Amino acid sequence: MSADGRILKISVWRSGADADAGSFQDFQVPANQHQTVLDVVSWIQQNQDPSLSYRFACRVGMCGSCAMMVNGKPRWTCRTHVKKVLEDGFMRIEPLRNLPVIKDLVTDMDPFFDKWIAAEGVFHPTKSRHDAFASIKPDNPARIEANKAVECINCAVCFAACDVVANNADYLGPAALNRTWSLVNDARDGGQAARLQAISQSGGCHNCHSQQGCTNFCPNELNPTASIAGLKRKTIATMFKRGQHA
Amino acid sequence: MIAPHRKHALWLAYALHRASGLALAVFLPVHFYVLSLALTTDGRLDDFLIWSDQPLVKFAEFGLIFLLAIHFFGGLRLMALEFLPWSPRQKTYAAFALAGSFFVSCTFLLSAA
Ligand code: HEM
Ligand code: SF4
Ligand code: SF4
Ligand code: FES
Repeated sequence: MSADGRILKISVWRSGADADAGSFQDFQVPANQHQTVLDVVSWIQQNQDPSLSYRFACRVGMCGSCAMMVNGKPRWTCRTHVKKVLEDGFMRIEPLRNLPVIKDLVTDMDPFFDKWIAAEGVFHPTKSRHDAFASIKPDNPARIEANKAVECINCAVCFAACDVVANNADYLGPAALNRTWSLVNDARDGGQAARLQAISQSGGCHNCHSQQGCTNFCPNELNPTASIAGLKRKTIATMFKRGQHA
Repeated sequence: MIAPHRKHALWLAYALHRASGLALAVFLPVHFYVLSLALTTDGRLDDFLIWSDQPLVKFAEFGLIFLLAIHFFGGLRLMALEFLPWSPRQKTYAAFALAGSFFVSCTFLLSAA
């Protein structure tokens, strides 16, 4: 890294005695040419305050653990270049929105993952190891739909961007529903009835207002809004089919 | 101040849809009340129509028509988004809804003037 003499003004959220209450602490960080937001946070922790808590693992946009609010927007910090998000030489770094804070920049991801389970974002196998492989052609329409939703890294950037998540504690959120959509399109799965039930309830896909904050910010360029629209159609179509039997 | 995570065209489209929906909910009862005057009390509708010929009232009506139009076109966009195959041109459609609404309400304003 080559330092170019400029100094970045960085304001970082620090927890107080009570994790949710805290205040901003200011730091001066030397600017580098190719510097990510995570580099800045790491530099502060290594050179100015070893007690600063934050989370990361892969540093290459695979693991989904490094997301934070940067100047008010949710970002994967390991792949967000400082020059893309800097405003007048300044950066405000906060823990991810819509999740409880454990300490400093570390959030408790439990509510996020609990909602994946609640949205039936889990695979229900129909075959055992003794059966032959299911053969699904790459040009199968359901497979194409599942493909579009499958590259999620569980970073919760979409969860932090969504105002429905902020205002409705029961809302399952874009990532969980996006996952559900990939499983709805999985021909091998045996849990579809329970899945559609789970996501039709209060807090499910029909709570989404299609604001598209999730799609706007998803670092992997997934489109949870389109997945949720798919779920809306699927649940409505199923309702009419059930009506015919009743 | 709009929070940074909301500064994108489709969030603004959402906010406009909610504001116009709520405004319609407030104004439509008044609208129907005025229409009911035609059926019930002699002359009161005429009084109202004379009152409503004032430029300021005409301008307010332009606002109402704009609200209805933006809510109508925006609502159609949302229903298309949710029920038709996905299209990536959401911002374009939102812009069309806005432009269409201006067209409809300005046409009213010009023909009223
Ligand atoms: C003209 C035809 C109309 C269409 C196509 C339409 C369409 C829609 C749609 C699709 C939504 C859901 C938006 C969302 O999920 O966020 C909605 C919401 C709403 N509409 Fe309409 N609507 C129409 C007329 C009206 C009228 C006449 C009123 C007033 C009584 C109204 C009041 C509302 C309100 C208050 C909401 C809630 C806004 C929100 O949740 O953000 N709508 N409309
Ligand atoms: S499209 Fe739906 S899930 Fe995505 S941010 Fe908007 S309300 Fe949330
Ligand atoms: S959908 Fe995108 S933003 Fe949301 S958790 Fe997955 S990768 Fe992250
Ligand atoms: S550290 Fe793994 S995605 Fe950022």
